[in-house]
Amino acid sequence: MKTAFVTGGSRGIGKSIALNLGNKFHVVVGFSVSNEKADEVSEKIISNGGSSSTVQIDISESNSVDEAFSSIEKDYTSVDVLINNAGITKDNILPRMKENEWLEVIQTNLTGSFYTSQRAIKLMMKNKWGRIVFISSVVGISGNQGQANYAASKAGLIGLSKSISKEMGSRNITSNVVAPGYIETDMTSFLDEQNRENIIEQLSIKRIGKPEDISNIVSFLCSDESEYITGQVIPVDGGLTT
Amino acid sequence: METNEVFEKVKGLFIEDLGIDESKVTMDAKLEEDLEIDSLGIVEVVMAFEDEFGIEIDDEELADVSTVGQAVNLLHSKI
Repeated sequence: MKTAFVTGGSRGIGKSIALNLGNKFHVVVGFSVSNEKADEVSEKIISNGGSSSTVQIDISESNSVDEAFSSIEKDYTSVDVLINNAGITKDNILPRMKENEWLEVIQTNLTGSFYTSQRAIKLMMKNKWGRIVFISSVVGISGNQGQANYAASKAGLIGLSKSISKEMGSRNITSNVVAPGYIETDMTSFLDEQNRENIIEQLSIKRIGKPEDISNIVSFLCSDESEYITGQVIPVDGGLTT
Repeated sequence: METNEVFEKVKGLFIEDLGIDESKVTMDAKLEEDLEIDSLGIVEVVMAFEDEFGIEIDDEELADVSTVGQAVNLLHSKI
């Protein structure tokens, strides 16, 4: 059975992706702090008839990424599917943005995905098969006020993914980006009712997105059926960007 | 380790990891022209060497390597 590693797999979009991939892969649920939530996701996959385990990983630290991958390799020999989902926000309007707010978001969201992708690709090259999906954001395409750091990190993932797609195509490794719009998760829970209505107003599909809207396309991009799709950015945003 | 032992290990990696025909792997064989290894293939070979021999190979050291024999000599000098 192929192994899929989902960073930030204990909640939100990552949780939905982990549960969905559990139908086809051994799923390693990566978590940074919420080990209980990661265990719950893993147990749910197993109770659904799948196979799963968890691993602690701080993607912003290369040592932690090395340790997590070594542990996955030891137990499951490879990583065939990598979902770069973990990310953080530290919102602030640019004139007020502190250097550490910029650096921490770039380090985790962009450099962290470089660490994980580099490790995974070395394994995928040996197997001559691999699927990488980056969870970016429409904010990385359109920008957003108060999110210069987050938007830059998410735009950076697009360049990273497209470069991987060109380097690795000859080894049957695809790399794609999914760019969610407004999705119902902890990360968007700060929105009040008025914010919600304003957002829905801008959408073609008149509702806030669900994590499953993202995990369905991610699951397809991890399948054999998607082998001719690589280097792409797929917004899943109810028509926010057209 | 003797040069011929290094060669045998290198030969094994070419055959097993890259599926290259055993008869083609000679000391004089050119990596790109004779063995038809692309640039990414060279990277794979280097990573396999590093794992097999427990060494690190710098990009600069690779600049002069275009044949199996040159690779074997480089590895021999580093072990």
